[in-house]
Amino acid sequence: MSGSFGIPSRSLKTCLAALAVSVVAAGPALAQEKLKVGFVYVGPIGDYGYSYQHEMGRLDVEKKLGDKVETTYLENIPEDDCERAIEQLARSGHKLIFTTSFGFMDPTIRVAQKFPDVKFEHATGFKRADNVATYAAKFNDGRYITGIIAGKMTKSNIIGYIGAFPIPEVVSGINAYYLGAKSVNPDVKIKVVWAGTWYDPTKEADAAKALLDQGVDVLAQHTDSPAPLQAAEARGKLGFGQATDMKNFAPKAQLTAIIDNWGDYYVERTQLLLDGKWKSEDTWFGIDKNMIIMGEYANMPDDVKKLAREAEEKIRTHALDPFQCPLKNQAGEDIKCEGGDRLSDDQVRSMNYFVEGIDEKVPQ
Amino acid sequence: MRIELSRRPDPSPVARALAPVFAAVLVFALGAVIVYLMGKSPSQVFYAYIVYPLSDAWGLEQIIAKATPLALIAVGLSYCARANLWNIGAEGQYTMGAIFGGWLAIHTHGTDAGYWVWPTMLVLGALGGMLWGLVPALLKTRYNVNEILSSLMLVYVVQQLLDYLGRGPWRDPQGRNMPNSAIFDGNAIIPSMIDGTSVHYETLIALLVVLISAVVFSRTVFGYRIRLTGDAPRAAHFAGYDNRTTTLIVFAISGALAGLAGIAEISGTNHQILAEIRTGYGFTSIIVAFLGRLNPIGILFASLVLSLSVIGGQNAQLMVKLPYDLTSTFQGLLLMFILAADAMVSYRLHIFRGKGRSHAV
Repeated sequence: MSGSFGIPSRSLKTCLAALAVSVVAAGPALAQEKLKVGFVYVGPIGDYGYSYQHEMGRLDVEKKLGDKVETTYLENIPEDDCERAIEQLARSGHKLIFTTSFGFMDPTIRVAQKFPDVKFEHATGFKRADNVATYAAKFNDGRYITGIIAGKMTKSNIIGYIGAFPIPEVVSGINAYYLGAKSVNPDVKIKVVWAGTWYDPTKEADAAKALLDQGVDVLAQHTDSPAPLQAAEARGKLGFGQATDMKNFAPKAQLTAIIDNWGDYYVERTQLLLDGKWKSEDTWFGIDKNMIIMGEYANMPDDVKKLAREAEEKIRTHALDPFQCPLKNQAGEDIKCEGGDRLSDDQVRSMNYFVEGIDEKVPQ
Repeated sequence: MRIELSRRPDPSPVARALAPVFAAVLVFALGAVIVYLMGKSPSQVFYAYIVYPLSDAWGLEQIIAKATPLALIAVGLSYCARANLWNIGAEGQYTMGAIFGGWLAIHTHGTDAGYWVWPTMLVLGALGGMLWGLVPALLKTRYNVNEILSSLMLVYVVQQLLDYLGRGPWRDPQGRNMPNSAIFDGNAIIPSMIDGTSVHYETLIALLVVLISAVVFSRTVFGYRIRLTGDAPRAAHFAGYDNRTTTLIVFAISGALAGLAGIAEISGTNHQILAEIRTGYGFTSIIVAFLGRLNPIGILFASLVLSLSVIGGQNAQLMVKLPYDLTSTFQGLLLMFILAADAMVSYRLHIFRGKGRSHAV
């Protein structure tokens, strides 16, 4: 019997004995005095993309504040069934809860109303409360740089983009990517495919193949798995890592990666709560505050690397912005410039149109 | 070595009743081994998984809330399955229910229409699910199209419709283009049965449906007709029953209950239309229906067990940091063992070693 499980019988016996003993001793988990911090992820931490990168942030908190805090996470939580998960964290003594997907917004607000002493932080949303802060990263900083690289590296002059959903975060990313490419290559064209999912390696790979079949030779993605990049690698084409460094999945195809670095933010916010200084606010950091980090520039000539690095430095010091005015919309009209020489944060974060030069339509 | 199954002439009713218990014990034992090998304490996992959710009022409330749509849909599926028809498309009928009922919520939004909105939404939801359920039934009775394929494929059709509505016409104008509707008005939200809990009137409806269906199956001519159609369609035909009508009726019931669950979840849990439904209750209910052996009371228990396994699984992630993959492995093991135990009750296992000597187990 034990042999069929591949387990030596002694360890099985030990195990059953341990079970018998411990059933008697079963009791509630040990009482904790540490601050409990919880995380809710929309995907599995093994997506090697978006949720994985939040998990890296959680591990940073463990590493830096492990003597004062205890962290837990719930992964693979569907948006339409997340309220229970969030409340479960709040009920089990977590005092700071990070809900890391846009779709968790309204449930986060609802649970927060029930638990006024618990602090919540919702990623990429726009609804706040006294105990709900919001945070997001300026992915567009990275998009613009990848656009410059794509504009230089494309031979067919057709670059591609896989979007998850036509929400402002994704639409503005497509614009930033295109504007970066156009800044170095006025003839470049962009094709967009909507995957309709944040994480589904099969669908993402299909979207990638559809783009590659249309002559795209440099691929960008706003979905979470390495599948599109792997599809590019398989066809000898190029692409970018999304959310995390994916060079191990596509060593020949990955030009660079837009890496989300949540760790610093998570550590800082947790520390603020420990110090009693936490308050609800909206955070939107980019390359300037290292919330976005560019991966190693690879698989490209040195002059392109130089261009990319220069742009990165200018963006870091705010000398350059992905949405530098003047800008026109698809109808050729000037877009009002509410941020001085660039679009304002609000304009970018509610962007639901493509800029001039993109032939695709935003699905309405 | 060769393995054969042969049907037991008279399966023991005691064995049948005890089979799920036996399976559960085996899963606990195997689970304990896995957990132990992962370096966790089996007792703590058992506590977090089973004991804690059942001993905590909020845990019980969540188990009931999550079991409700499962029970409602699965009872509906049992009408089809008893007639030997395979409705794999409850997820689609669920979604159509959400769309039909959601339509009223969206169109009365901001008008302070009155208390009649949510009950009407439930009726519309049931209607939507019923109509969508009738499509594979009609295809079957008219053109003899396989209902397994047609009902399943219709799921993807209605998912596209929901996707279109959620990010198109029904999108929240203040929602920054995000693919969901505005939050429903209070009138469009099913009230809680007990204030402040997530157990709303869908649970009462589900209980009534369970009881009524139990009576229908055991005490009515209609229940007999469904079973006869399933077990011996020719006999049913000779008895004067039109099998096509039976097909249409069971699909209509099944679809209506799935649609009702769909709108009830949208209204009571989500309070808004989302462009994508990811809970998959419609598919999980197929498992619930068969775990409950197509018996409404059995389904009620099966839905609670499955709900406990989800809630307990999340709890185990929190309290003992068990990975999600392991908690879903446990669910899979539980289902496999229960089905295997059931098979062992109905069938005898013969293992032939070497040259045909057989050992009955």
